[in-house]
Amino acid sequence: MSDAHVSKFRQKLITEDRSYKQISEDILDTLEAPPTKGWFIGFSLSALVLTIGTIVILYQVTTGIGTWGLNKTIGWSWDITNFVFWVGIGHAGTLISAILLIFRQRWRTGINRAAEAMTIFAVACAGIFPLIHAGRPWLLYWVFPYPNTRGSLWVNFHSPLLWDVVAISTYLTVSLVFWYMGLLPDLASVRDRTKSKMRKFIYGIASFGWNGSTKTWHHFEVLSLILAGLATPLVLSVHTIVSFDFATSVIPGWHTTIFPPYFVAGAIFSGFAMVCTLMILTRKIMNWENYITVGHIDAMCKVITLTGTLVGLAYGTEFFIAWYSGNEYEQYAFINRATGPYWWAYWSMISCNVISPQFFWFKKLRRNMTFVFIISIFVNIGMWFERFVIITTSLHRDYLPSSWAMYSPTWVEIWTFIGTFGLFFTLFFLFIRFLPGIAVAEVKSVYRYARENK
Amino acid sequence: MKKDYVIATFECDEKVLHATEKVVAKNIDIYDIYTPFPVHGLDEAMGIKRSILPYVTLLAGLTGMILAFSFQMWVFNISWPVNFGGKPFMSVPSFLPITFEFTVLLGAHTTVAAFLAINKLFPGKQPTIIDPAQTEDKFIMAIDKEKANVDDLTNLLKEQGAVQVEVQNLDLSI
Repeated sequence: MSDAHVSKFRQKLITEDRSYKQISEDILDTLEAPPTKGWFIGFSLSALVLTIGTIVILYQVTTGIGTWGLNKTIGWSWDITNFVFWVGIGHAGTLISAILLIFRQRWRTGINRAAEAMTIFAVACAGIFPLIHAGRPWLLYWVFPYPNTRGSLWVNFHSPLLWDVVAISTYLTVSLVFWYMGLLPDLASVRDRTKSKMRKFIYGIASFGWNGSTKTWHHFEVLSLILAGLATPLVLSVHTIVSFDFATSVIPGWHTTIFPPYFVAGAIFSGFAMVCTLMILTRKIMNWENYITVGHIDAMCKVITLTGTLVGLAYGTEFFIAWYSGNEYEQYAFINRATGPYWWAYWSMISCNVISPQFFWFKKLRRNMTFVFIISIFVNIGMWFERFVIITTSLHRDYLPSSWAMYSPTWVEIWTFIGTFGLFFTLFFLFIRFLPGIAVAEVKSVYRYARENK
Repeated sequence: MKKDYVIATFECDEKVLHATEKVVAKNIDIYDIYTPFPVHGLDEAMGIKRSILPYVTLLAGLTGMILAFSFQMWVFNISWPVNFGGKPFMSVPSFLPITFEFTVLLGAHTTVAAFLAINKLFPGKQPTIIDPAQTEDKFIMAIDKEKANVDDLTNLLKEQGAVQVEVQNLDLSI
């Protein structure tokens, strides 16, 4: 088989020699064993944060969004910052599973399952913010064009906010089925390996009666390719449409055509950083260093450097075009970002997003897990600041100096944001506990890569 | 419906692929091969017909596209034309994002539904599992007993590296 070609340029995807049975044991036995202490501590902490977040959300929904620090000038701030932050993170999983599948990047098999799961959880966290911001979340169905007694009065199809609703819900559901279809073979494997009656029953239902038939595999591979083909433009379209939320309005600093590619690059950048953060922890906790190798992290660091540099280029271009346009409002918006009252946010963004990924030009640093972990945290922070800079500093000083204002978050907003981390990590801990965290069947199919035949 | 099948167990994907080629060369139909992961070339070697899923996607995607676009046009031109800041009613560009998303939405979900329907997969289905290791590390070939001479076939499969060949009475249609 073509996979077995041995070349010094090809590195083994699974570093140690393993039989197929051992691969299953390495990955699936953790589902059978009692949870470790580390897992319990992590899960309890996340669940506690989630509980506080839920109480805070209930408080603001019942009291109203007057509990936030927004004012008549700054109508969007932490809420939309957090929304875009999470949606951006939610881009890496589908990028890894769809775009890297089309590009035939075999290394994606080790990380795609967890990255896709992370995508879904991140998009779920993102969805919370517009939901609360709508004020009366129980009327959310109003965003759908259904026949109603008001006319029918339809929704506004010209509005990018509506496009966003459609894009995010399409993205969430398509990512979900893509991920779940990939899980079927591994769930069936859990069903067939387990001795526990209860697990056999539950995984039996969840695996849809998968039996590994070649006829099914044939359709399955076609399905994966089709879903990858559909998800590739989808993942690019989602952040494009998120950027339309800003780009189609006439606020200085927002009304620019560079936004779609700039947002997409930023999304991939932040998403890969979050994947690195999680994978470095997961490979350690779960003992998966064989499957999520240093080579995987190395490859992701290269993507981080590329997209980080693209984001840096976008910052520079924006600044240049603001000057070149001759539009004084646009010029002021950018000068104000860098030197105005929120200068610290701007420079945090620049140092985290433009400078920190440049360290990854050095192979030694890309292969140092502690270093990559620290930089990935910096990138996550930097990308949060990017959205804060775009949203808040553009809004706080627009055309009329008499309406200029300042913004700071209330404890409600801060705890809502922390609460979404609780949701994210609670779901992630449940995921690595109850579902196969690595795509076992896919890893087996690339086991021979760069390895001589037995 | 239970039937007699010659069941051959292999422990290596390359061996099962070579055995398949040999069996097919003798004009013996293979009922199915159960593998823990997709073995590349096995579907072709078995002569499985190309999946119809791409056509399902095309049809569903086109339906989604036409539905979404015509609905938006109908809403803003016939049902209730609303003047949004002087924007034209027939503004094709602003209908495109939703048209695209709906194309993908319908295309993807219909394809998944078709995949499940074609393979008769549904929650709670109890399939026939010949060997629990067929989803772990064994490659299991099933051939309808009536389609071949059992002794010749057994010799051929053993020669090709099957670790075990036996006749079993099973219902493999589920």
